[in-house]
Amino acid sequence: MTELNKENAIKDKVTSKFSFMNEKVLVKRERRVYADVELSNFRQVFDYIVKDLEFCRICMITGFDEGENFGFMYHLTDDKGMIFDLKTYAPKTNPVIKTITDTFPGGVLYERELVDMFGVKVDGLPEGERYPLPDGWPEGQYPLRKDWNRDMLKD
Amino acid sequence: MGTVKIPIGPQHPALKEPESFLISLDGERIKDVGMRLGYNHRGVEKAAEGRTYIQNIYLIERVCGICSHSHSTAFIQAVEEVAGVEIPKRAKYIRSIVGELERVHSHLLWLGVAGHEVGFDTLLMYSWRDREVVMELLAAIGGNRVNYAMNTFGGARRDLDKDMLERILKAVDVLEDRTKYYINIATKETTLIKRLSGVGYISKDDVIKLGTVGPTGRASGISRDARKDDPYAAYGEVDFNVITDTHCDVYGRAVVRLLELMETYKIIRQLIKNIPDGDIAVRFPRRVPAGEATSRYEAPRGEDVHYVKGNGTDKPERVKLRAPTLANLMSVAKMLEDDNLADVPIAIAAIDPCFSCTDRMIKLEHSSGNSEIVTWGDLRKRSIDFYRTQHGIDFSELNKKYRGNL
Repeated sequence: MTELNKENAIKDKVTSKFSFMNEKVLVKRERRVYADVELSNFRQVFDYIVKDLEFCRICMITGFDEGENFGFMYHLTDDKGMIFDLKTYAPKTNPVIKTITDTFPGGVLYERELVDMFGVKVDGLPEGERYPLPDGWPEGQYPLRKDWNRDMLKD
Repeated sequence: MGTVKIPIGPQHPALKEPESFLISLDGERIKDVGMRLGYNHRGVEKAAEGRTYIQNIYLIERVCGICSHSHSTAFIQAVEEVAGVEIPKRAKYIRSIVGELERVHSHLLWLGVAGHEVGFDTLLMYSWRDREVVMELLAAIGGNRVNYAMNTFGGARRDLDKDMLERILKAVDVLEDRTKYYINIATKETTLIKRLSGVGYISKDDVIKLGTVGPTGRASGISRDARKDDPYAAYGEVDFNVITDTHCDVYGRAVVRLLELMETYKIIRQLIKNIPDGDIAVRFPRRVPAGEATSRYEAPRGEDVHYVKGNGTDKPERVKLRAPTLANLMSVAKMLEDDNLADVPIAIAAIDPCFSCTDRMIKLEHSSGNSEIVTWGDLRKRSIDFYRTQHGIDFSELNKKYRGNL
């Protein structure tokens, strides 16, 4: 059985760097670390994980409709097979997050997906064609919101 | 003369899938590439939230025709992790064997498409003929050429018996023989080498920056392979090399895929030699507890990433998936910079196209009203007879060598 040494070392680094991350980092299993962070602290934790801990690639961003909030999970990976799932939240009353395309230009499609599917605003997202919904898609319809269903498209 | 803009797509821009590229040209040279995606978005993630886990296996398996086993395995692995279910070792081996056979079928398909895109249709005909060896094997294993449905929660749906394992080994010998022939062509055929070299160039730095995955990334010198880095199924127990190359162009991508096939044969032989006896599945609960998991799978084109969140019911709260093409499309614009317009099809195709090929039987309706079922074997026999009688070329010896009797 593995000792999870590498995983715990990552956890310790994050919690000793940021005191507010105490109890927020979780080693889930071998090669899987998870953390929860408030939106206001998101960017500094994200930058630390990417630059100092060398999680050099973003696999995808998962959006969530969690009632009052939207959740955003950034699935980051290093070159040794580790995945760091970093999750943050934005209130539905002001669903605005900042882009990470300055660090990962390849992440642009993942952010456009959040815009189309959840109706989130991503500050700093480069101009460009929408993705993945068609051009004629009705305003205000966001398919991955929990209260959305196909019938809402009819009329 | 000013810039000329040429739309390519959304109907079949080199590959049988809808994507739209707007190419800005200065003379023959590509200056800029605009992209519009999403024409084939089917809302699978939303659909998954409304279906039970079991129903979702069949939905997720159909995300891709070619990588059907890849996607279903990635999804099932995540669900099994949420449920805390460990599958039997034999099932892990079965998943890996089928996964590697899928890689053979995908890479040989790609080789043919690549040949076709550069006007080398002999390569297309040869590699797709040889690909039939693995297609028939997959059909024999799972009853279908692309959606083999071998996966279920808790293990595999069907066992691979001794005869089938021997049949796979025999087929691997044939496929290895043919792959060596293609490697010989790819490393010695000057026309092919010159046509592919320097086309679709992307540097190692750009590959890292853009998050390029699979053979496309490995051909630019990065050694990333989920089978090695984040081992799943039985990959932790086999010895193989991650193939990389430093050409950074379409030629490099061809070499990586071909050499990767040789590693695949090595993997299959080890898996079959060491496959343990025992059960192929364990019981799996209908309701999956609350929890979440992120799963990776090295599909033929690169890494599939799946995320599943359970909420204690029989339906998932959230399913998110990312196929390798989405990760790789961002690098296509970079690859095309300063290339010639004529390089667009092969450069796009070099990240690997995708289309389903489930046809396996033809029903002929005669004008007299009589109908006739023609099997693959009949079709093959007819084509061999056709070439012998019409063109004086006899393929029957070659056919026997690679397939045995019809």
